[in-house]
Amino acid sequence: MNKKLLSLPYLFWCAAFIIIPLCMVVYYGVTDKTGAFTFQNISAIATAEHSKALWISILLSLASTLICLLLAYPLAMILSNLHVNQHSFIVLIFILPMWMNFLLRTMAWQTLLEKSGVINTFLEFLHLPTLNIINTPAAIILGMVYNFLPFMVLPIYNVLTKIDKNVINAARDLGADSVQTFIRITLPLSLPGVISGITMVFVPALTTFVISTLLGGSKILLIGNVIEQEFTQTGNWHLGSGLSIVLMLFILVNMVLSAIFDKDGEGSML
Amino acid sequence: MKKWIVMAFCTILAAAALTGCGSADKYPNGKVYVFNWGEYIDQDTIRMFEEETGIQVIYEEYDTNETMYPKIEAGASNYDVVCPSDYMIQKMIDNDMLAELDWDNLPNAQANIGAQYYEQSTAFDPGNKYSVPYCWGTVGILYNTTMVDEPVTSWSILWDEKYADSILMQDSVRDLFMVGLKELGYSMNSTDEAELQAAKELLIEQKPLVQAYVIDQVRDKMIGDEAALGVIYSGEAIYTQRENPNLAYAIPEEGTNVWIDSWCIPKNAENKENAEKFIDFMCRPEIALMNFEFITYSTPNVAARELIEDEDIRNSEIAFPDLSQYKNLETFSYLGEEADTLYNNLWKEIKSY
Repeated sequence: MNKKLLSLPYLFWCAAFIIIPLCMVVYYGVTDKTGAFTFQNISAIATAEHSKALWISILLSLASTLICLLLAYPLAMILSNLHVNQHSFIVLIFILPMWMNFLLRTMAWQTLLEKSGVINTFLEFLHLPTLNIINTPAAIILGMVYNFLPFMVLPIYNVLTKIDKNVINAARDLGADSVQTFIRITLPLSLPGVISGITMVFVPALTTFVISTLLGGSKILLIGNVIEQEFTQTGNWHLGSGLSIVLMLFILVNMVLSAIFDKDGEGSML
Repeated sequence: MKKWIVMAFCTILAAAALTGCGSADKYPNGKVYVFNWGEYIDQDTIRMFEEETGIQVIYEEYDTNETMYPKIEAGASNYDVVCPSDYMIQKMIDNDMLAELDWDNLPNAQANIGAQYYEQSTAFDPGNKYSVPYCWGTVGILYNTTMVDEPVTSWSILWDEKYADSILMQDSVRDLFMVGLKELGYSMNSTDEAELQAAKELLIEQKPLVQAYVIDQVRDKMIGDEAALGVIYSGEAIYTQRENPNLAYAIPEEGTNVWIDSWCIPKNAENKENAEKFIDFMCRPEIALMNFEFITYSTPNVAARELIEDEDIRNSEIAFPDLSQYKNLETFSYLGEEADTLYNNLWKEIKSY
């Protein structure tokens, strides 16, 4: 009885901030302005503008997830091989920027990347060619990678530290070289962390609208921007909700995949 | 060591409790919730209002009319004072979202705001029942004279490939379409689908040349020599010139938007009396002058304009243009829900292109 009482606040939280809002999104998504049932808001994803926005979002978030993975895996390996007091310091340094506001950090990139921004002023000083990626998809990918990289590093790092060193030693004893050990032992064992890292980078990247507005100069419309615009500017909550439902499907697929690979929930611990 | 921490904590708590009690004494006359454009007031005037009246001002900001509207419509937070533009005021009146003003409570607004601005307001607020003009101005092209060689006289310079990646456009639906429609010689209040499609095509054609679609950032980017040309509200021109003397402002010959932003009170306002006190306070000549000097947007407050010491500013062509010498000036009007949807869909096509 007591234990059940303890779960009450959580249940209330769940209902008030997860279940009810979700139901409202679904309700708005399948009704029109008069309140009649319709699938139009969902099928609106097929229009040229919306499907293009979704397609670009998927491409950009896949690209940034891949880059994050390539950057994060070696880093996580280096971290997990360090001594305890060393690695916690480096992990701290890695998480430190996250203590600052996410918007502020993205705006800082704007100032860095601008045509006459910090980086270009420096390059010009050295008589090197300038970097012109602000307001292009490249700048958006950079923003995504920068903001979401810690979410890739930490789960992989967590899994790697938990791998029993004896397993690796056994592999080496049995004659495997370091490449073989990595491919046949370390990599498969770290897969749960990789999958959970992919989810934690891909999902926020797919839904972001701030990064594309700030670093894309509002020239590149992502699906997140479309939804944001429907809510804040156009005031068409029905269409915005309908498109959100479509987006949720993509996220669900991603979550199901990660659930299949990460049965023990090892990688999910942050 | 531990003791110190505990003591420090207690002191902070006590201080917090004391100031908490203090706030009720400091503001005996309730609150007023103000919802205004970003960087559109001198914060000192708010403090002066609070000190004089004992009314606490809760101040929030928005960046376009379109983002302001859904918040008032949803009624999630009851604002007492808002400052929409002309066409948005009309939309709010049409949808019964504004409260009629009690002019007896607004003596400064009656005495100090120029009659021509009330006259102009009747276009969207017939009978001047709902709005008190706060700022007005034009929309034009701000350009950097070191980067632009020819005189800027027409919107068509924004389609000149010489300035590729150096053009800043407004990230707000009506302001963006205004440029396209005016360039084509149409009315910026057009609801004709063929005209709007043509404007859309023109703006899509321009997109590769555009550096970014932004709102308030036009100012900072122009000051920082980031771009050569930017579409901007006239009120920002004086401020930007102060910061970067190479900048100049031009009203294109095809005509442009003459706008008024006015104080209004939403229908669901809970502190209407305080709201009227706030609006009237802002209409005092010396307060309006403070705001003008801070935000540099043209003030309709005639008494305040007379107080401007700097003669160049008082007679500035940018701040107080003689509108009779320009052709095809228009003010936005609300076009109805159907046209709104059309504009928004076409805008989406431009942005996703």
